[in-house]
Amino acid sequence: MSLIEIKDLKVHYPIRSGFWNRVTDSVKAVDGITFNIEAGETYGLVGESGSGKSTTGKSVVGLEKVTSGSILYQGKDITQRRNRQLLDYNRDVQMIFQDSLSSLNPRKRIEDIIAEPLRNFEHLTKDQEKLRVLQLLDIVGLDADALYKYPHQFSGGQRQRIGVARAVATNPKLIIADEPVSALDLSVQAQVLNFMKKIQRDFGISYLFISHDLGVVRHMCTNIAIMNRGRLVEVGTRDDIYNHPLHIYTKRLLAAIPDVNVSERAAHRAMRQKVEQIYQSNRHDYYDDTGEAYPLVQVSPTHSVALPPELAHQLLAQESEAQD
Amino acid sequence: MWKTILRRLLIMIPEVIILSILVFLLAKAMPGDPFTGSINPKADPEQIHHLMKLNGLYDPWYQQYWHWVVHLFHGNLGNSYQYQEPVSRLIAGRAGNTLWLALFTMILTYAMALPMGVFAGRHEGQLPDTVIRVYTYVTYCIPFFVILVIGIWVFGYILGWFPTTGSISPNANGWAQTIGSHLTHILLPGLLGALFGTVNIVQYLRSEVIDAKHSDYVRTAQSKGVPSKDIYRHHIFRNSLLPIAAFAGYSITGLLNGSIFTETVFSYPGMGLLFVNSIIYRDYTVITALVLIYGILNLLGTLLSDIILSLVDPRIRID
Amino acid sequence: METANNFLRIKDVSTAFKINGQYYDAISHINLEVHHDEILAIVGESGCGKSTLATTIMGLHDPSETHITGEIDFEDTDLLQLDDAGYNRFRGAKIGMIFQDPLSALNPLKRIEDQISEVMTYHTSLSKAAKHDRVLELLNQVGIVNPQRTARQYPHELSGGMRQRVIIAIAIACKPDLIIADEPTTALDVTIQAQILDVLRDIQRENHAGIILITHDLGVVAETADQVAVMYAGQIVEKGSAKQIFDTPEHPYTRSLLRSMPQLDNQQDDLYVIKGNVPSLQKMPTKGDRFAPRIPWVPASAHEADPQMHEVVPGHWVRCTCYQTFQFPDEGGVTV
Repeated sequence: MSLIEIKDLKVHYPIRSGFWNRVTDSVKAVDGITFNIEAGETYGLVGESGSGKSTTGKSVVGLEKVTSGSILYQGKDITQRRNRQLLDYNRDVQMIFQDSLSSLNPRKRIEDIIAEPLRNFEHLTKDQEKLRVLQLLDIVGLDADALYKYPHQFSGGQRQRIGVARAVATNPKLIIADEPVSALDLSVQAQVLNFMKKIQRDFGISYLFISHDLGVVRHMCTNIAIMNRGRLVEVGTRDDIYNHPLHIYTKRLLAAIPDVNVSERAAHRAMRQKVEQIYQSNRHDYYDDTGEAYPLVQVSPTHSVALPPELAHQLLAQESEAQD
Repeated sequence: MWKTILRRLLIMIPEVIILSILVFLLAKAMPGDPFTGSINPKADPEQIHHLMKLNGLYDPWYQQYWHWVVHLFHGNLGNSYQYQEPVSRLIAGRAGNTLWLALFTMILTYAMALPMGVFAGRHEGQLPDTVIRVYTYVTYCIPFFVILVIGIWVFGYILGWFPTTGSISPNANGWAQTIGSHLTHILLPGLLGALFGTVNIVQYLRSEVIDAKHSDYVRTAQSKGVPSKDIYRHHIFRNSLLPIAAFAGYSITGLLNGSIFTETVFSYPGMGLLFVNSIIYRDYTVITALVLIYGILNLLGTLLSDIILSLVDPRIRID
Repeated sequence: METANNFLRIKDVSTAFKINGQYYDAISHINLEVHHDEILAIVGESGCGKSTLATTIMGLHDPSETHITGEIDFEDTDLLQLDDAGYNRFRGAKIGMIFQDPLSALNPLKRIEDQISEVMTYHTSLSKAAKHDRVLELLNQVGIVNPQRTARQYPHELSGGMRQRVIIAIAIACKPDLIIADEPTTALDVTIQAQILDVLRDIQRENHAGIILITHDLGVVAETADQVAVMYAGQIVEKGSAKQIFDTPEHPYTRSLLRSMPQLDNQQDDLYVIKGNVPSLQKMPTKGDRFAPRIPWVPASAHEADPQMHEVVPGHWVRCTCYQTFQFPDEGGVTV
């Protein structure tokens, strides 16, 4: 059984208009997505701004009012507040945010910030609590003197590590990491990613890794879902997505990743423009009449793509031909 | 836009009804009756009883309220117990005075506050800024009525530059003298009101100017090669005046509230003074009418602010 | 070497900021040249001084808070000698600047057309109608599909990518010889980023402009730049052609950065982490190799006392001699 099963999740925001301010339409931030996260894995959720990936993350933690669908954890639907309380869900699922400065209370010391989830969920004595906080700081590589400092006294990377320490304080099973490194410099990003991997190895934590950076996702994730305007357009293993992409949206995202190979610059640019051209001219093949993504069809045990079945298999055949 | 305004006006109807009931009940709940102050204390209780009955003051409150509302719709706000004349005529006679004073105060306030706020923001941290800030802090610390009393004492009595009571000199003849006399009477209360009213606007505007000065779009303008005085004119002023413009609707409300102090201290015959006197004499009909008018003006002021904001800020659309 | 082509020469420029009454160098002794038809990328992490360099060239610093020395020769004028009015003849006309955050860089209360034509008001004598035509032409040039409509819109009505195109249109309105782009794509999605970089390159080709591209993103640099200067702690530590920097990086910092990028071949391994932190402005070492504390296993004798730029191969310069023997710990580079 998967750690968490997300089934046909929808989050719609009402649009009110007209004289009586009635709901006339809705923004479909998340429009029917289904995926599972296994224990101990890092699941990548990739999309551009406005794709609904952050809304999905917030729904999984329980911060978003879900319109329909279910999120099953230990067989219970945690979109119901009652089930969340019953299962101690908010202890088992934690979140790391993108902006480490605004997500840490500026008036609290690091000790209190990290101890907060402990105080909510575990009843420790003062000494036990302090010991635990020190352990946590050690895990993320910060000194004991960090205890009495305030968030603004740390660099961005250190703050992000404090965020990680807070998230792992309650020994969670799943951490939702919403763009955890996109505000960080390269060398600091490496540090935070390493810590996240280490914690995963040591404690068997799962991550839902939400990011727009396909390079980082490739480094971190075993399974990946590509999200486009509220729907999943392609789901698969790292190999499926990076080496055998089928949907034009995935191909376009991959082509847009800058290549550090300077000699191949012209070729890479030509390839990208070719993909872009297909995306512009053959859009209607890849999206239905209303411009929405098709339902997912499975093309291999691990790989699904949101295309009409014939086209999906045709592309798959082309793909394997090209590989040979 | 018109739809929204209409909708907002419609929403105001239940608000006004609730307001009127509250006002009516509060006025009834006040201790004493309209005759307490106006009739000879030795008067026959039987006679007072008769007067009360005649005026419907023993009816259940909802009946009294209903009478009042029905009359309201006929433009009849009732008779003042104190002045023995129709409340509508009484208020109409005072409204003009209050309006002129409020308008004059408002013009003075903005005429003083805008240059001060902009100047302080532009020269942030320098001497003129410090002087302006000290002025705002000091003024802010003193209660409004104290400012009024000190002002009237210094400029009215000691220096004798301005008249200290009334709205017009009894000796004024002809239209020129009438206008002149009116002006000299509102000059001091207007000035003192403005002095107090500038404080918030100056502080707000100053910080807006400072924010705008350090904003990215000003840096863009600099890198376009726009000279600094034009940057102030085209970018900083307009952008920092925007919230102030939107504030105008609310500030009308503030002025009306302030008029209660000003008119009382200056014995200036406006709605504010009428209000205070009516409370002293338990003149229910006048109190309820005035509170209702003030309440409606408050609601309209808020609406006006929203409308102004949507007109000057393209990011805000009411439709 | 004086050629007609290098129209911008930055000579020994240092910019110091006043902090609590004392001046601290944010950039020190920068030497750079920019040529026509060339994109020079300045790459480095936050706090390395790359943005300070941009704002120094643009003359955007408050002289009462900053102290700038050196020379910035731009087409026979030393920009640093100019007063504000003098500078305004260059800003917008001969030097255009593109900023990072396209939303806040535009005035929220002005229509796009007014914001673009403003720059022409100060540098050209075009009539109102001519300016209008030019605005449409510019919007078209930066790839906006419906210029008529966009010209009438306000910034909040546009998407992030569209706004960045407008910013570029403003920067190129007077056909500047030099365009400074400060993190032009950081706030954008990758697909939009690719489009914006294409627009920049096309414009450079059409106008024969020189572009200084300031970024922290090595991928963007590799895709776009002709020349690259790597900055660390206020200094240039390595410069050369893009090929030289990416194919044969020499300076330990450049090599460390490239190594800490997530790559295909290290999926399972940990990423390389540079030890320690970037020194803050007040704690910047004034003597010796500024990067030395972050490669502590390298013996002191490998560093120069006063690190200079050395030309490894023609056009490829590296600061300090430590690059000659530098190895990562897993390559055998251990403390001696």
